[in-house]
Amino acid sequence: MPPPRSTPRLRIQPLGDTALLAELGTRLDTALNTRAIALAAALKKRRDVRQAIAGYASVTVQFDPDLATHDSLAAAIKRLAAKHPPMAEPGRLHRIPVIYDGPDLQEVAERLKLSPEKIVEVHTRPIYRVFLVGFVPGWAYLGPLPEELEVPRRHVPRTRVPAGSVAIAGRQTGIYPLPTPGGWHLIGRTTVKLYLPDSDPPCLFRAGDRVKFFAIQP
Amino acid sequence: MTVVLQVSEPGLFTTVQDLGRPGAMSAGVQSGGAMDRFAHSAANLLVGNDPGNATLECTFSGPHLVAEHACLIAITGADFDPRVNGAPTPAWTSVFLSAGDSLTFNGRRAGARVYIAVAGGIEADRWLGSLSTNVMAARGGKQGRSLKAGDTLSAAGEPRRPAVSGRHLPQQLRPEYGDHTLQAIPGPHSKRLNPEGRRLLFESSYRVSRDADRMGYRLEGPQLNTTGDELLSFGLVPGAVQVPHGGQPILLMADHQTAGGYPVVATVISASLPVAAQLLPGDEARFGEIPLESAQRMRKALESALASLR
Repeated sequence: MPPPRSTPRLRIQPLGDTALLAELGTRLDTALNTRAIALAAALKKRRDVRQAIAGYASVTVQFDPDLATHDSLAAAIKRLAAKHPPMAEPGRLHRIPVIYDGPDLQEVAERLKLSPEKIVEVHTRPIYRVFLVGFVPGWAYLGPLPEELEVPRRHVPRTRVPAGSVAIAGRQTGIYPLPTPGGWHLIGRTTVKLYLPDSDPPCLFRAGDRVKFFAIQP
Repeated sequence: MTVVLQVSEPGLFTTVQDLGRPGAMSAGVQSGGAMDRFAHSAANLLVGNDPGNATLECTFSGPHLVAEHACLIAITGADFDPRVNGAPTPAWTSVFLSAGDSLTFNGRRAGARVYIAVAGGIEADRWLGSLSTNVMAARGGKQGRSLKAGDTLSAAGEPRRPAVSGRHLPQQLRPEYGDHTLQAIPGPHSKRLNPEGRRLLFESSYRVSRDADRMGYRLEGPQLNTTGDELLSFGLVPGAVQVPHGGQPILLMADHQTAGGYPVVATVISASLPVAAQLLPGDEARFGEIPLESAQRMRKALESALASLR
């Protein structure tokens, strides 16, 4: 039997005594994300795994400590990560109307030395990928955000961000589905409901979907 | 469904909780469930339920409940001085209430959260596979909210085992709630702390700030400076100790966000989470660095304690 394909960047580390974080890489990359989603799906099928959540380029695995150890599960992760992921299907495309009047738009514009109009133009240009759904119900991490709009998260997160706020941070963008604490820069808002509590799954976006924003007037 | 208990006064924040909905995390829905899983599970086992049945989680103050029908209950977790018809009643012990009996709590003496189990489990709204109340989503439990006066509580079914009063879990088998050392394993991003930061994390005391709820506790203490690029968001677990830019750590609890991008410098072990769940704003706690093998021993000790009630 040939040796499994090597995955040199795979790092597996404990998250306490009943979970592991397997990092496939550190780049914001569609291929890495596709592999993370496939690895999480494969791990979820195991009896010794309670939950596996795909991140941008990682999988967080909570395991049953009566059935697995860190070492046994790390070995299984290495084996599964070496397999070729299934071909990625193009996800559903969502077009989202946005009113660009967020409380941080001016500050972000000054910081980036761009006009607010230019920020809107650049933000509405790409078709973003849903890298992961998480953080709070219905939140989707979208990216990659064009480099021109890259700003770090706020130093002190807001304790309450209104639902529907369209935000950016780093090379990511997203929409707050619920009023929650948050550390991203708010540049606009939408009335599209992302969190659908009476549906299963209770969210509009799924990992792998695609999103295009367009500007509307208030 | 037979009503077993009437809510005369709800207490400060009393919610229905079970072991949560881990399967909903991939939709961004918090796993949730009881903050102190040990006390929750023990209360259930004492009345003959499965650990996964729903209980009441009472934060900071207890409710006033009146028995509509005779029922078997158990009170565990924090010490709020429980009383039946005004007379002290033992905690961590199964107790029969007769119709008309009044269960009250005289006041908090230690800890943050009391659990009340009823034989058969508490009936509540099921959402995404769990009866746990998710207040943010306004789903699960009692219409997605904390209890209010006038609510009624029904038993969900028959308990798995016969109703027996006087079942008891002795103190030496419970977590050491009085010792506020939260044992932790260095996290995946602990190298983003310099040696000084790592020393501060494990050698200094942190105070639970007023910003502490079922999602997590913001802690106040020596500032932890992390280095390195921003992280790509990844899945989180309860017990994770995040360090945002300000350098004041956040301990994630049962209703924690499912994913985030702040460095996780340590994770509180499963056996110390019940202790963390009983902390209140103003309490001092410290992190102890513990080897994985010791963490597993502590987890098994608590599991054996619960198994002794089966």
